[in-house]
Amino acid sequence: MSISEQIVRDLVANNIAFVTTVPCKQLGGVIDAVEAHPDIMHVPANKEDEGMGLCAGAWMGGKRPMIIMQNTAIGVTINTLVTLTQFYRMPLPMLISYRGELKEPVACQAEMAVHTKALLAQLNIPTYHFHKQADADELDAILKYTFMCNKPVAILTDATFWGGY
Amino acid sequence: MNRSDILRDIAPVIRDHLVVCNIGLPSQELHMIDDQPTNFYMLGTMGLASSIGLGLALSQPKQVIAIDGDGSVLTNLGTLPTIANNVADNYILLIIDNGSYGSTGDQPTYAGKKTALAAVARACGCDTVVEVAAKDTAQALADALAVRRMTVIVAKCDSGNIKVPVITKDPVVIRDRFMTAVRS
Repeated sequence: MSISEQIVRDLVANNIAFVTTVPCKQLGGVIDAVEAHPDIMHVPANKEDEGMGLCAGAWMGGKRPMIIMQNTAIGVTINTLVTLTQFYRMPLPMLISYRGELKEPVACQAEMAVHTKALLAQLNIPTYHFHKQADADELDAILKYTFMCNKPVAILTDATFWGGY
Repeated sequence: MNRSDILRDIAPVIRDHLVVCNIGLPSQELHMIDDQPTNFYMLGTMGLASSIGLGLALSQPKQVIAIDGDGSVLTNLGTLPTIANNVADNYILLIIDNGSYGSTGDQPTYAGKKTALAAVARACGCDTVVEVAAKDTAQALADALAVRRMTVIVAKCDSGNIKVPVITKDPVVIRDRFMTAVRS
């Protein structure tokens, strides 16, 4: 089983049935597996704050949501995370590619990487960092935690986790 | 007619349906005119009423009306292609287009100038788009609910606001009450 298939297996096991995505090369395998899975409705979004709005509606409609995006999106979505997801106390697992870490070929990505964990900490968002493939064994517990506490939760997945670029 | 006149007109039509209402004065006015447990009031996050409404419509079978404004749709213009390409026939997007940012003091929007939101929605691929005068909004909504087809309604009206109190309900109370109504 590939790591992408393992991740989607855990999503389905936790009844996540609505996934919105903004494209990412590293998360491409997960996005493809989400699209292919019959138990998941996949709604691509044009921007991450729009995706978080879709997720809020899906959750209120009875479907557990998830958003898949890059860490640059933290800069885009702070207002939405604070005034929608947190203010109304909604659960939102965020599977995030942690661009700008070790093995990153694009210098500009490092500029957002250095702010990523600081911003998440400032927002009091529980944050988990997958660096080695075995770290993904915790995904099931992280998802259960997210829907227990009704918070946005960040899962950062770096280039080493994905096996480089 | 301005936005609050439209909200008074449509209140009897939307009362028994799930409503996601835009931030600021639209939510405050609807809350004052006809507060219902089936209303989800946005207290922040400009632009996302249409997205929340679409996610809700795609996730359960009841009919959903998102009440948005021209300024908020312009803020989140990417919503229109997403709506067009993820058809939910239980979804109606009502854009009350007064050509201004009402909640912030009626500064003009581009929708009040050269930009036609109905044409934008059509160009984005929305199949059923109707533009109506303010006085015809309630009938257009009733028609769209009856045919049960995903519809974007652009209701053109005058700018201008009424005096209205802010919503002091706790957001979690609004959300929990709404989710109970969704499930009932």
